[in-house]
Amino acid sequence: MALARPIGILLAKELRTEFRTRELLATTLVFVLIVLVLFSFTFDPTSVESRRFGPGLLWLALLFAGSLMLHPSFTREQSNDTLVALRMAPIEPVAIIAAKILANFCFLLLAEILLLPVFAALYNLHILPVLGRLVAVLVLGTLAICIVGTVFAAISSQARMRELLLPLLLLPLLTPALIASAEATAGLFEEQPALAPVWIGVLAAFDTIFLTVTWLFGDYLLEE
Amino acid sequence: MQPGSPTPTPAKSAHAGDSSARHAPRGLGLEFVDFAKRYGPRFALRGVSLSMSPGECVALVGANGSGKTTLLKAAGLLIRPSAGRVSFSHVNANGAAADSGSGDNGAGSCAIKRSIGFVSHSILLYDELTAEENLVLFARLYGLDAPEDRARAALEPAGLAARAGDLVRNFSRGMRQRLAIARALLAGPGLLLLDEPSTGLDRAGQQWLGATLADLAAGGCTVLMSTHGAGETNSFVTRAIRLAAGSVVEDSAVSGDARAMLAAALAAHEEA
Repeated sequence: MALARPIGILLAKELRTEFRTRELLATTLVFVLIVLVLFSFTFDPTSVESRRFGPGLLWLALLFAGSLMLHPSFTREQSNDTLVALRMAPIEPVAIIAAKILANFCFLLLAEILLLPVFAALYNLHILPVLGRLVAVLVLGTLAICIVGTVFAAISSQARMRELLLPLLLLPLLTPALIASAEATAGLFEEQPALAPVWIGVLAAFDTIFLTVTWLFGDYLLEE
Repeated sequence: MQPGSPTPTPAKSAHAGDSSARHAPRGLGLEFVDFAKRYGPRFALRGVSLSMSPGECVALVGANGSGKTTLLKAAGLLIRPSAGRVSFSHVNANGAAADSGSGDNGAGSCAIKRSIGFVSHSILLYDELTAEENLVLFARLYGLDAPEDRARAALEPAGLAARAGDLVRNFSRGMRQRLAIARALLAGPGLLLLDEPSTGLDRAGQQWLGATLADLAAGGCTVLMSTHGAGETNSFVTRAIRLAAGSVVEDSAVSGDARAMLAAALAAHEEA
């Protein structure tokens, strides 16, 4: 409970500043939309092809959009050294990271909710019958992107060549989560939709492991 | 001073009549023992040993790169030492010195941080939030009662009450600095760390800061600040420490005169 309060305060701050500037949301939405539209023109969107390529393209677009969105989450704390003020506050440093993870998760999930109908229309996919299971996969996959992405955004924000460093660290580490997300999503668009427990298990384990590691080493992530 | 920004008035020490500060130590003493901080092969601080009693007002002087800011960051628990340690003490209700810990563990660190205020080179405030929203945010993070009231009470003496609803990005340099100082004073610190706090302040702002710090010092707050030797803030300094290449080379508590050291620092700064 000691962590919940500062996380709530900082999450409210993140949401307020983002909805005031709309920098991250606008960038993410436009980027994912462009990628989905461009890819939809590269092949004939028949049901078979859409089922085969759609889920992979969706997660690829979300990954790149996520890395675009995650990078500023710590670098924009640097303009007035506000991270120093947060680190000096009587709160656990892991609360700062947890609030950032939750804020990024909210932004990316909101972008997904807005883009899901566009994705379904462009790729001729019926999402309504599998909506509940699709949301579960999106939540777990997005959480994976946000946990790992936020941690590495914190690390890379203090490094030189930070723009290059984040994708270099992020992409290899997220590969298992992306494979699991794409496979789980693809299973939902088969002729007989099914959610493979193994991929959900991989995603849940991935999220749990990285959340625990973040919890354990959160104090060191924000140090100079 | 900008139009619409009334003359600031000295802030009353938050130690008086403040429920959250009543239980906090009045002044926090600190002690560096063989403290060293290295960034790669370069030492920012090396073998610094000094102690400050609760309620002391100490000025750090020295050329750029001498280690003043690093020492302030170390006192604010913002950096981990490469060697040595920093520890804190306060005067308890019986008037005796009591150990407050070193801030090495989470709970101890939070308790000490609650008593530290920091004014940095940067303003440590969010441009996308209003002045009041910034102060409410930090009042909540510090667990203060009635954060909105505390924020408004802090804006008044800084002369920013009329601009409480304005985004910080629209503030002038001087107004931003006054807001940064108001933020540092918000929780009634027992130890105030100031990194060249007069930067960007006009004469009225400097007078406000000087009077505010004098009031805090009278209330028992310990003050450690870096300075180039000029400004209203130096009038209540009781001790001066000169750093060079990350080491303490002169301390008026050991030998020398604080006023003379400040005057020499000012002369060196103007010459540079």
